[in-house]
Amino acid sequence: MALLEIENLVVEFETASGMFRAVDGVSLSVERKEVLAVVGESGSGKSVSMLAVMGLLPWTAKVTADRMMFDGVDLATISPKERRKLVGKDMAMIFQEPMASLNPCFTVGFQIEEVLRVHMGMDRARRRARAIELLTLVGIPEPEQRLSSFPHQMSGGQCQRVMIAIALACNPKLLIADEPTTALDVTIQKQILDLLVRLQAEYGMGLIMITHNMGVVAETADRVIVQYKGRKMEEADVLSLFESPRSNYTRALLAALPDNATGDRLPTIDGFLVEAEAAAVNTPMMEPPL
Amino acid sequence: MTRVLEARNIVRDYHVGGGLFSPPRTVHAVKGVSFSVDKGRTLAIVGESGCGKSTLARIVTMIDAPTAGELFIDGQKVDVAKDGLTPEMRRKVQIVFQNPYGSLNPRQKIGDVLGEPLLINTGVGAEERRERAMTMLTKVGLQPEHYHRYPHMFSGGQRQRIAIARALMLNPSLLVLDEPVSALDLSVQAQVLNLLADLQDEFQLTYVFISHDLSVVRYIADEVMVMYYGEAVEYGTRDEVFANPRHDYTKTLFAATPRADVASIKARLAKKKAA
Repeated sequence: MALLEIENLVVEFETASGMFRAVDGVSLSVERKEVLAVVGESGSGKSVSMLAVMGLLPWTAKVTADRMMFDGVDLATISPKERRKLVGKDMAMIFQEPMASLNPCFTVGFQIEEVLRVHMGMDRARRRARAIELLTLVGIPEPEQRLSSFPHQMSGGQCQRVMIAIALACNPKLLIADEPTTALDVTIQKQILDLLVRLQAEYGMGLIMITHNMGVVAETADRVIVQYKGRKMEEADVLSLFESPRSNYTRALLAALPDNATGDRLPTIDGFLVEAEAAAVNTPMMEPPL
Repeated sequence: MTRVLEARNIVRDYHVGGGLFSPPRTVHAVKGVSFSVDKGRTLAIVGESGCGKSTLARIVTMIDAPTAGELFIDGQKVDVAKDGLTPEMRRKVQIVFQNPYGSLNPRQKIGDVLGEPLLINTGVGAEERRERAMTMLTKVGLQPEHYHRYPHMFSGGQRQRIAIARALMLNPSLLVLDEPVSALDLSVQAQVLNLLADLQDEFQLTYVFISHDLSVVRYIADEVMVMYYGEAVEYGTRDEVFANPRHDYTKTLFAATPRADVASIKARLAKKKAA
């Protein structure tokens, strides 16, 4: 059985002009010890679908799915209390802006230990020891001193390492990384990606990598899902996606990479063609309410 | 070939005033950088955050004066600190910023955005300003009916087109592009890069292109300068720099750039299997 199994996920938001469908019938599954990349441009619903899995969407969002199972637990019917026990422990998430996702008012040590206190019920000494162990694991020098640093005293890359430490604190089974390196420099990006992939292999976690960067996909993923406007355009293992993309959209996306440029102009994506393809991909299972 | 921009030993220090408990100190943002760009060419400046590339952009755009060093634009020596700025000089260099959401006034219609550089720097009448703005709109791939719309009605790529249009209103000889495509999606990025290439061909524009994305730089640049802690550690033609990087930092940078080609994926998967 897969670690995470989602079938026909639909997320809708109520807007002034009626319901807006951000995710439209996406199905995906992640195995243990697998790296799945979800790629798409902005507005493709890649972050929203993962936030729906985590239960982090605001109440204005309407989430429906035929099936939403995580490690034998049905996420669709779970009570908020049970969900809180799961999220942050067995299922953890890293966000794009490391500076913004840490609380500026508390020390790094406090924020790591908070997770351990809430989910593991550890006592103070063991919490501290584990926090030092985690900071060492993610490659932060002088972890004992760093525990009492505030986020603003650290660089962006260091903050992202702290976020990873918090996410890994309870040995999660599934780690969702939402654009973990977009705000970082290329050299730091490389370090963070290497760290994530190494830890994923070491701990046998499932890892979902949400990104818009084809380079990041090529460097990390086992399997890839390409999304466009809330729909799944293609699902393939990483090699066949780059070698022989099936959907026109993926093909256009890869052609638009400056690395693959052949002439002196880049090929651009034909919006009309892609739109037609997206409509053909999956006719919605449910009729939208009139 | 005419030399549009030449910089000799540009230095920029910032003096950070001491607070209650900290003594004042000096930050050396740019430490003696020299470069030149010929007409119709593109110089790319690459480096990570804090390496001084945006400070250099401000100096070239004459927003900021260098602490030391000489700057020549169109063969004419510029000293902002001493002589101030004439409208004539302002017209020669224009800049496009990274974030099109932040660089347009949300309460200004696109027509006024485009007309404003003319209003401030030239004596052109209202009728001609409107005409020139309309022409420029179509040049950058927008429609004349966009003239009366506000920035929030446009997508990110369209807004970046507007920012480029505004920069071109004064017929500058040099355009400084400070990370113009890093906030854009891949498909939109391709469109904007194509637009920049088209405009360069049409108006013989000279670009100083600042970026941290090496794949974009490799695509668009003629010359490349790599900066590291305020110094130019590598400077040469694109093919020289990419084929044969000499400085350690450039090598690290190249090694760190994710590669999206089949061969490197195969190599990675093989390595993973072996482990």
